[in-house]
Amino acid sequence: MVSADPTLLLAIALMALTTYVPRFLPLLVLSRRALHPLAERWLSYVPAAVLAALLGPALFLPEGQVRFSLADNPHFWAAIPCFVVALTTRNMFYTVLVGMGSISLLRLIF
Amino acid sequence: MARGLPIVFGYFPIGFAFGILAVNAGIGILETTLMSIFVFAGSAQLIAVGLIGSQAGLAAIAITTFLVNLRHLLMSAALAPYLGHLSRLQQGLFSFQLTDETFAVHSMDFKAEAAPPKARFFATNALAHLAWILSSFTGAWAGSLLTDLKAWGFDYALPAMFIALLVMHIGEWRRAVIALLSMTLSTVLYSAIEGHGYIIITTLVAATIGVTLGKNKEDARRSPANPGE
Repeated sequence: MVSADPTLLLAIALMALTTYVPRFLPLLVLSRRALHPLAERWLSYVPAAVLAALLGPALFLPEGQVRFSLADNPHFWAAIPCFVVALTTRNMFYTVLVGMGSISLLRLIF
Repeated sequence: MARGLPIVFGYFPIGFAFGILAVNAGIGILETTLMSIFVFAGSAQLIAVGLIGSQAGLAAIAITTFLVNLRHLLMSAALAPYLGHLSRLQQGLFSFQLTDETFAVHSMDFKAEAAPPKARFFATNALAHLAWILSSFTGAWAGSLLTDLKAWGFDYALPAMFIALLVMHIGEWRRAVIALLSMTLSTVLYSAIEGHGYIIITTLVAATIGVTLGKNKEDARRSPANPGE
């Protein structure tokens, strides 16, 4: 049964392409010439901005609506110990473990 | 190698969660593993699993992946000045393994030393990729046994990882302000517009506002915090 589903393989190929192009294109174009300092400063804000943009809806709108109660939105409350651990240890592994543990605990209690 | 280790630990629960979710969405172990080999994009793969599970078409999968991965355009551009000494082939390989996590490690590394040895950053990338493949394979294999993801908190692996990455990128007050702004704006836009466009729009707006906050010379020289040490 080592035969793969052709539609899924096509989906994977398309995903590989649409993932690779944005990763490679800027490197191809920008690596041999210097960026304008203003552009460089703009880019320095990108990582924090992107990650925060991904997190916002995940923490505040896990079911599509803004909720803050412990029972309806453990996603928001579990983020607090995550931020504390991330700030104090700067360690991804501990942060992910604490996040998974916190949300499991909140779901168990509420 | 040591610099890649925190990524290995960070990837494991996420790759594992991805594998479990993929198998539960009806994707085989083989396809799950192939996706991790050829795509290597955690958030895009997790989002794609949701789409495949809900019978989305190929176009929707491709477009969503592209939009979610557009942020790497900005990350690739940010690292480009440090990678001019690589051959085109090496640049091609480097980009293939450019993820949020490897970017976080490299951007701190390149700020600390203008030209770290090639072998070191390629080893970091390879280790991260291997960890991703193995953890998704293991997750896919365990997927048939584990069906209640919420009880284990696996569904929270991705947001927790984003929190860790975000904290590593806000060593300075301007970035923290921009992160708060970005989080608020994306929450508003998420409900207001269809699809994943909110990520791109929020990022463009927030980074542009960041530039207007003024120069931060010391920021570029900021002593980088090494994750996991």
